[in-house]
Amino acid sequence: MNMKKDLISITDFSKTEYLKIMKLAAEFEENPNQDLLKGKVVASLFFEPSTRTRLSFETAISRLGGRIIGFADPDSSSASKGETLHDTIKMVSNYADLIVMRHPLEGAARYAAEISPIPVINAGDGANQHPTQTLLDMYSILKTQGTLDNLNIFMVGDLKYGRTVHSLLMAMSEFENPIFNFIAPTVLEMPEEYKLFLREKGIKYFEHKEFTDIISAADIIYMTRVQKERFSDPIEYEQVKNVYILRNAMLEKTKPNVKILHPLPRVNEIHTDVDANQKAYYFTQARNGVFAREAIISHIMNLK
Amino acid sequence: MQDDQKKKLKLKVSAIKEGTVIDHIPAKNLFKVISILGLDNIENQITFGTNLESHKLGAKAIIKVTDKFFEDDEINKIALIAPHAKLNIIRDYEVVEKKVVEIPDSISGIVKCFNPKCITNNEQITTRFKVVAKDLISLKCNYCEKITNSNQIRMY
Repeated sequence: MNMKKDLISITDFSKTEYLKIMKLAAEFEENPNQDLLKGKVVASLFFEPSTRTRLSFETAISRLGGRIIGFADPDSSSASKGETLHDTIKMVSNYADLIVMRHPLEGAARYAAEISPIPVINAGDGANQHPTQTLLDMYSILKTQGTLDNLNIFMVGDLKYGRTVHSLLMAMSEFENPIFNFIAPTVLEMPEEYKLFLREKGIKYFEHKEFTDIISAADIIYMTRVQKERFSDPIEYEQVKNVYILRNAMLEKTKPNVKILHPLPRVNEIHTDVDANQKAYYFTQARNGVFAREAIISHIMNLK
Repeated sequence: MQDDQKKKLKLKVSAIKEGTVIDHIPAKNLFKVISILGLDNIENQITFGTNLESHKLGAKAIIKVTDKFFEDDEINKIALIAPHAKLNIIRDYEVVEKKVVEIPDSISGIVKCFNPKCITNNEQITTRFKVVAKDLISLKCNYCEKITNSNQIRMY
């Protein structure tokens, strides 16, 4: 029986594991360079390009003293010659001690984890899951709020297709008394299955169409991008494209502890005049990604 | 008179001595049921009738398999396409037990994931689903985690 650990979906981890990752991430932030992966090889397989996630992972691996093999885009891999994911994973798992992978198809990471005798970390599988993003979001929330309990979390923008908001919702639901506020146009509202999940857990949520001073109650404002390609009707897009933009003036009446998070890349949904506000946290959030990923790798590999 | 008619109807598909009779299969799904149960690959004697009159189903099919007794796991595979199927276990020409099919908690193979971007629709992988609702069936894909609803179910 293979007892290897994988991280494919955020729900693969328990609350205890979330808290362990938070604790380890804080330790790595204090002391990022630790040779825990010395002598180990990590395969970084990006079947779909991603600058931030790949560099963040590769920085985390380097700071842990590990070596990296892999590819940054599918054109330089054998997938471009028509090799199946199955065969690529079989081959790579002979070489490396850990696989970090991003793939455009949903479920690809779960499938790879079934094939691979070595642990697999999902760095994004299509619109499905991106669990390491969620853990770095949680670490950012914990760092800025001092707790993961009793928080009022506003999610804004594309709540239908945005995988980061779905995973964050599920993970934060493990903690005490969260309140969720969803702000989105009708076509991009939070899917019923997640609202049902909250109702079954007895967790309060509110839905809004307007992005107004209701955000004054927020502890966290999680912004996402409203993407043009999600709309079948271009007129509908034109009507909402400028509605879900956060501007500095809107933050005047917000709580002093509120922080603005965004998984990045940002296009225009956060006006650049917000960047200088001390409530803007998205760039530090991205920096936290390295520590969170060092923590995740250490946990998965039983190094800590 | 009515009893006579019933008897004649029954005789359209000959009786078996030992084995299983699967009744109340929707006629249009007969061959799928045969395939899912692997009846096209066994050597037992099999008789079937289809487009038989049924008050419930409109047109039903019936399969009689000699010397074959199904395990529950095996027979429940047909629940998605023949939810009202009834099994009669026959010993020495007599019905000794009746069974109905039950929708299982998980389904492997048989159904395609509705999500075109799911890895199972792009590589040769046996699909696996968790049955998340049984009245109006909905299936959660083990891989892409999307829900396939009853009106989206397609078979292989």
